[in-house]
Amino acid sequence: MFSEATAAIPDVIQQVKIQHYIFLATALFVIGIVGVLTRRNAIVIFMSVELMLNSVNLLLITFSAYRSDPAGQVFVFFIMAVAAAEVAVGLAIIVMIYRNTRTIDVGFLNKLKF
Amino acid sequence: MLPIVLLSVFGIVVLFLGFSKSKNILLPATLLFLLVTLIANFVDWNHQYLYFNDMLWGNNASMVFSGIVLLSAFFVVALTRGFEQEGEAAQPAEYYGIMLFSLVGAIMMISYENLIILFVGVEILSVSIYILTGSDKRNLRSNEAALKYFLMGAFATGIMLFGMALMYGATGSFVISDISEIIGTRAWNEQSQLLYAGLLMLLVGLLFKVSAAPFHFWTPDVYDGAPTIFTAYMSTIVKTAGFAALYRLLAGSLASLQDYWFATLATITVLTLLAGNVTAVYQTSFKRMLAYSSISHAGYLLIALTSLTAKSQSSILFYSLAYSLSTVSAFGVLILVSQQQASNNYDAFNGLAKKNPFLAFVLAVSMLSLAGIPLTAGFMGKLFVFTDAAQKGTIWLLVVAILASAIGIYYYFRVLIAAYFKEGDLATIRIAPFYKVVLIIVTTLTIVLGLFPDLVLQLV
Repeated sequence: MFSEATAAIPDVIQQVKIQHYIFLATALFVIGIVGVLTRRNAIVIFMSVELMLNSVNLLLITFSAYRSDPAGQVFVFFIMAVAAAEVAVGLAIIVMIYRNTRTIDVGFLNKLKF
Repeated sequence: MLPIVLLSVFGIVVLFLGFSKSKNILLPATLLFLLVTLIANFVDWNHQYLYFNDMLWGNNASMVFSGIVLLSAFFVVALTRGFEQEGEAAQPAEYYGIMLFSLVGAIMMISYENLIILFVGVEILSVSIYILTGSDKRNLRSNEAALKYFLMGAFATGIMLFGMALMYGATGSFVISDISEIIGTRAWNEQSQLLYAGLLMLLVGLLFKVSAAPFHFWTPDVYDGAPTIFTAYMSTIVKTAGFAALYRLLAGSLASLQDYWFATLATITVLTLLAGNVTAVYQTSFKRMLAYSSISHAGYLLIALTSLTAKSQSSILFYSLAYSLSTVSAFGVLILVSQQQASNNYDAFNGLAKKNPFLAFVLAVSMLSLAGIPLTAGFMGKLFVFTDAAQKGTIWLLVVAILASAIGIYYYFRVLIAAYFKEGDLATIRIAPFYKVVLIIVTTLTIVLGLFPDLVLQLV
């Protein structure tokens, strides 16, 4: 993988193989997914989602560095900005729920059933 | 480019208009802004354009898709009379502003050339809709719907982003046409493994947004819990934009891999058709039934996407238009009836035809169109979609789809039976003149498009 472009990559970056970064990012991503699926607290679920987004950032930067292509790093800025906007709306929704129910446990999400 | 700039500016203008004392100006202003944008949307007609450093791409088809989104937004906004009666808690300026901003996201999803724009567009649309879903702040059902939609939506965004990152790793580019070129140099079974993983995750993320099974579980709850007017908004606009984005991705950059993704997408199509139609039968609430019906219509649209013939784009386009029109009028009637009866159930419609023959007729046309009965737009839409599947030669998919639409007739006709044949004490519902005009236009369009589908098809 990426053998054709290796010459352009600085030696410092090449000291760690790209596979390690991919494994690390995937591991973080899976931890995030497991967190979303198992936790009951809305804030913790939300943190897990942020972990997923940050693992994506890591992956993008890795590919970007190993390809000497800036597009991936530009994408990271977009992800950070959008994630910040999403946090603002998400926390507002969680606060709204806390005001009405005095809890942020997702177990209360049972009003809508058929 | 022009509609995106205009909508952003108009959104801010609407927010400022909210400061003025008279709230009555907001609705006409928003409608005027939407009309101006709708006209400005077509200035590039017959030109293929690339804007913003080649990140945004468009041609006639993408302009018509944007036109459908803007038109459905226009109708839904026209039906939003009643914000101002909700007392102190209602903030019409914010809602109108957010609706305009969300359309920016929808148009970006329709005409992206770079995956960054797809991501930003999906997020602009979704974040706006999270807010609109939770806009009934004191209502626990609305709260719950907003939180569910938000957590699930953010989760799906994460998966979609991981897919984009993997595709970037495999191809080295975010640009649709470049990806297509790089993929095209190799056979479908010689690609990097990263590409397959990335493609699947990207598809999962987008299919989640259009509520295809097995990623549909949030849809009924969110559609049921959100205020009805915003349910109408999201079921029309998110679906149209989402399918335009999926089509652009699959046809624009991944068409050469069809052998690879066909099996996956066909399975999802069958699951969506079955899950949507079979579960809809068991609903007692009309609003919840419409949520399941939106899942089943995602299934029909997926048939055109899975087949991916030369005509798929125009089928998806026509089907989304037909679906949007019928959905808007169905929700329009539901809003009036549920205000009167304080209930969304089928029983609320009992005896509707006796004193409200106009509303019953609008409801009938919309249900016939959703069920796909001839002389309505929905029938022509289904016909085009099924023709695509027949051209591709997937007869088994066609059989499932036809069985599914036979089930569909049962639950769409339940509300008509309630409206026409059951005894009820529904009093005459007062309809504001403007509201009535919108319902008349939408119903007429549904019938006219059913008789002369070429009016739209010849555009693309």
